[in-house]
Amino acid sequence: MSETRRNWLLSAPGLVLFGVLLFVPLVMTFILSLNSFDFYGGIKPDIGPGNYFAVLGDGYYYTIFGRTFAIALVTTVICVLIGVPVAWFMLKMTPFWRSIMVLVVIGPLLISVVVRTLGWAIILGNKGIVNDALIHLGLIERPIKMMFTSGGIVVALVHVMVPFMVLAVWAALQRADPAAERAAESLGAGTVTIFRRVVVPQALPGILSGSLIVFSMSASAFATPAIIGGRRAKVIATTVYDEFMGTLNWPLGAAIAMLLLVSVVVVMLAWNRLVERRVEKVIG
Amino acid sequence: MAFLELHGLTKRYGTITAVDSMTLNVEKNSFVSLLGPSGCGKTTTLQMVAGFETPTEGRILLNGRDLSAIPARERGLGIVFQSYALFMHMTVAENVAFGLEMRKVGKAERARRVAAALDLVHLSHLADRYPRAMSGGQRQRVALARALVIEPELLLLDEPLSNLDAKLREEMQLELRRIQREAGVTTLMVTHDQSEALAMSDRVVVMERGHLRQEDAPFEVYEQPGSLFVSNFLGKSNVYDARLIAADATGSRLVVAGREIAGPAGVTLPPGDVALVLRPERVEVVAPDAALIEGRVIERIFFGNQWLLRAGTPFGEMLISRRNSGRAEAAVGDRIGLGWEAHHIRVLPREEARA
Ligand SMILES: Nc1ncnc2c1ncn2[C@@H]1O[C@H](COP(=O)(O)OP(=O)(O)OP(=O)(O)O)[C@@H](O)[C@H]1O
Ligand SMILES: [Mg+2]
Repeated sequence: MSETRRNWLLSAPGLVLFGVLLFVPLVMTFILSLNSFDFYGGIKPDIGPGNYFAVLGDGYYYTIFGRTFAIALVTTVICVLIGVPVAWFMLKMTPFWRSIMVLVVIGPLLISVVVRTLGWAIILGNKGIVNDALIHLGLIERPIKMMFTSGGIVVALVHVMVPFMVLAVWAALQRADPAAERAAESLGAGTVTIFRRVVVPQALPGILSGSLIVFSMSASAFATPAIIGGRRAKVIATTVYDEFMGTLNWPLGAAIAMLLLVSVVVVMLAWNRLVERRVEKVIG
Repeated sequence: MAFLELHGLTKRYGTITAVDSMTLNVEKNSFVSLLGPSGCGKTTTLQMVAGFETPTEGRILLNGRDLSAIPARERGLGIVFQSYALFMHMTVAENVAFGLEMRKVGKAERARRVAAALDLVHLSHLADRYPRAMSGGQRQRVALARALVIEPELLLLDEPLSNLDAKLREEMQLELRRIQREAGVTTLMVTHDQSEALAMSDRVVVMERGHLRQEDAPFEVYEQPGSLFVSNFLGKSNVYDARLIAADATGSRLVVAGREIAGPAGVTLPPGDVALVLRPERVEVVAPDAALIEGRVIERIFFGNQWLLRAGTPFGEMLISRRNSGRAEAAVGDRIGLGWEAHHIRVLPREEARA
């Protein structure tokens, strides 16, 4: 048996699983998105790009797409800003504290997103902890609106996504030479300079892969925007849900879902191309 | 007053004493090696001088200035790390310029000094390369240029050549020594390679389990080791239990394995149990009638420029090293006569055997 044939054979179970679980539903969704729909007759099995024109021709959807990607982008940026220093501090800790920190960072992943987000709903609500505290301190008079806003979604998403960023950056920093920081120190660099000039570049591969994970997961997140954003701060995923479950216009929902998929893939590929060139030159 | 002074320098990690009351003077512009087996505290000593470890006790004086209150980044020392610790995301020139940037040296001046430093290590043609695309020896030179460009008062090298293969290591030994001379910088190097320490240094400091055992010029440490440990660590040694029965300014008498032999002059030890040390290269293969003892060759190893014979003798096993003079050497099983001159024997205090 030739080498290639054996390789194909060995990966066959994986490929079959992949095909059945990912490819088939995707193709079916795509076909669904080409069907048409009317309120009295339901889904009609004709094929045409009508749904796509409907979405792309309607400013309402542009707002939702814009909001979704803005939320994903801001979430990613905040995750980088939090994740890189946290990963660096974790690396500097004694093994005992480091294992505790790993638990603290990974811990949230062990709890359902729904439960965590409901926790945020309690904290961010008009009668939530944050508003109550600020009012009692006399800093504000009326509660700040945080529930059902994009800002609230970002806060809750950051909480969900930060572990992924920390882990990605941590993995990158662990591969770097710890003596490089000492070298910079011996050459006269202070902590901030070391962080900026040595640690961040070392963390770059982790920041890049972490950003891809966080961005794509934030852009397609459902539970968090559904609970925090509700009907008022709608994102693509919740819109798709509403089309399917509310209006029952499955073809339109499928078209929106396909557009979400395509735009996330395009953003990811572009990002990858952009940074890979730079990283490859330097880190190889 | 010496340029760098260590006074009773001690470092304890919990119950482990990594460095134990180390006192050492390093003269300006000299090249000093800290030599010792793994775990003897060499790196720890260097890290304390660099400022990355805080001494438990003792003081470090550089040019009369107490370093203990000065953080690592203000000590202004040039350090070459064992892993080189280059900034992989910067080009060679950017790496070298880093220390100057931190010192706020102007752009033109910076470029001039980076060029000079790269010239010193013969790397001018690779200024725009990234370290990943360089060989071990080239990276080593970059690390050296980066440390030297800030014109440090003191250069610290932690096993700078241990990542290089044997041939390159020998080249770099000479190269490093040349660069050190040209830069005229006082240098403290850590190594566990005795030939490297002997070849490169003005002074060799032999350490064992946190203690300074001997500090001397290379020739002196080799020829006049102060203890069995130093003698065994530097080069090969034949060591036999002996009894000193007489010693004065003109010579001494020793008893080894029931035979009385002549020993060197000037032994200051009191008569009694001693250790007798004889270097393999000081033992001659001689005609049986001129021999002090006889031996039978057990093993013969060829090194190219020399032979190493292992022979069974009345004293015990003896290593004999012979320059390759183009003739076939005694073969395994041959009986040979062995001789040496009395002044080539070293008489040292007995020590407990150490692992
Ligand atoms: N951070 C630390 N915590 C506890 N013990 C340490 C620490 N650093 C070093 N030691 C111990 O101190 C002793 C000296 O270590 P050091 O690194 O100075 O040895 P070395 O002479 O450089 O050895 P090598 O040739 O292997 O590099 C060793 O026994 C080591 O285990
Ligand atoms: Mg060491």
